[in-house]
Amino acid sequence: MAHFAKPEQGSWTELYPQLGTDPVNYDDSIDPQWFEDERDAVFRRSWLNVGRVEQLARTGSYFTKELDVLRTSVILVRDADGQIRGFHNICRHRGNKLVWTDYPGEEDSGTCRQFACKYHGWRYDLEGALTFVQQEQEFFDLDKDAYGLVPVHVDVWEGFVFVNLADEPEQSLREYLGEIATGLDGYPFGEMTYRYKYTADIGANWKLFIDAFAEFYHAPILHMRQSVAEEAQKLAGVGFEALHYEIFEPVAHSVVSSWGGMAPPADPDMVKPIENVLRSGLFGPWDKPDIDLSELPPGLNPSGHRAWGTDSFQVYPNMVILIWEPGWYLTYHYWPTSPSSHRFEANLYFAQPKNLAERISQELAAVTFKEFALQDGNTLEATQTMLESGVVKEFPLCDQEILCRNLHHAVREQVETYRAGRDVAVTVGG
Amino acid sequence: MADARLPTEFADLEEWSDWILPTEAERYTKRLGSTMAEMQAFYDAAFPRLEAIQAYAAGVPLGDGPVDDLDRNLAHLAFSLVTVSFPVEAWKQPHVPDSGAAAIPLVVEPGF
Repeated sequence: MAHFAKPEQGSWTELYPQLGTDPVNYDDSIDPQWFEDERDAVFRRSWLNVGRVEQLARTGSYFTKELDVLRTSVILVRDADGQIRGFHNICRHRGNKLVWTDYPGEEDSGTCRQFACKYHGWRYDLEGALTFVQQEQEFFDLDKDAYGLVPVHVDVWEGFVFVNLADEPEQSLREYLGEIATGLDGYPFGEMTYRYKYTADIGANWKLFIDAFAEFYHAPILHMRQSVAEEAQKLAGVGFEALHYEIFEPVAHSVVSSWGGMAPPADPDMVKPIENVLRSGLFGPWDKPDIDLSELPPGLNPSGHRAWGTDSFQVYPNMVILIWEPGWYLTYHYWPTSPSSHRFEANLYFAQPKNLAERISQELAAVTFKEFALQDGNTLEATQTMLESGVVKEFPLCDQEILCRNLHHAVREQVETYRAGRDVAVTVGG
Repeated sequence: MADARLPTEFADLEEWSDWILPTEAERYTKRLGSTMAEMQAFYDAAFPRLEAIQAYAAGVPLGDGPVDDLDRNLAHLAFSLVTVSFPVEAWKQPHVPDSGAAAIPLVVEPGF
């Protein structure tokens, strides 16, 4: 029995006829050639979030981001005028990676006045201009103006720093984000900057982890033992239904809106003892921070339900912004490293705690997140290995898994369009 | 006590000072390396004091100056209690069930 209203089409999925209701083929998560084509078809033409402005607090602040899926590394830096710039992380002399410490493959951050290459000492200013060449007189008519760092397109929305590695982006960042941006403009992201960051190397295709967090159908079962016994039985019996789903145009961003504000719970026996004492848990600290949340932006709680607890926005292709009713948010990023692996990042953002008790309550929320994520992450490796067996190719997805269906559909469209265009080019050229 | 590591109000928890660990990695490693009996003993001693810890900690402001070392230690002890609460209250074993070799380390831990 449905506890929450569905669209008049009868299901969320049928509201979007392009998705169909057939079983979904998961070869897109195991096929190496498919993964090769995703690099250009999906990632090179998308705006990708690589961090937040707080990581670039002042002139000279920088961080690097490894983009294995695009076979590059980029530097983000705040220049002398306060503008955020992005460059490929490569020295123009002989191709050494410009910014790194100890391990070339690890991301780096800090503050500097200029970038100096470890290899031969070439130097670049914060605007990317080549300013110094060691033994310049040994070169042959070297025009330093022609050897600046190679820029990448950078833009910022609500403090989120995005890059686009296309030669010319098809849309501005604002156009790309579309209803995600208009729906969330004005949310106080900039007042929630107390950050916990987790990373994990996951032995599964990047889309499989997005699938895992894009549906909560699994929650009452996989995470059953996180709840006290009686509550767990009740949750498993009822199952999960979202309040609302929506898929946006023209880019396949989406949102799932859910109930679950347990802050505080109606019955203290519903939660574990430490949650009652610290007034905190998976949904975050029960006591809201001193941030004005009285007027939420229009994209939040789209069904206007009084039991609203959280909205999870899937920012295509590989980012999630998950906003919790009690006044904090988190982001997930899924950075592909091979057909069967990716680097997962989770950032939890809270208001600066006013006192040590609030910090201790936050700790419970963060640790609870990790306990859940460990269960999710390991399950994915079990899925990946069996998909690779090839024994079963197609899988039935239910209405509560509409965002999984949407993700695979959107990637398939892009890859097939890319392949068709390439075939045309080959035909014309050949 | 000359070598007190916790505020005097919490002298009874000094014997658990090996759980005063400043990083999430240390706390999680100690959890995985402990028996359930060891964690239950720490929990049984510290959990009944958690309300008092929160009442005390509410009087320690953050964000406008350095935090006293003893207060910081008290918070790190409380963080360890949070870490062991999952094995004690939910899992009945040190590691998360079905998590195998999966690891999700905290790489940016907000300071105070």
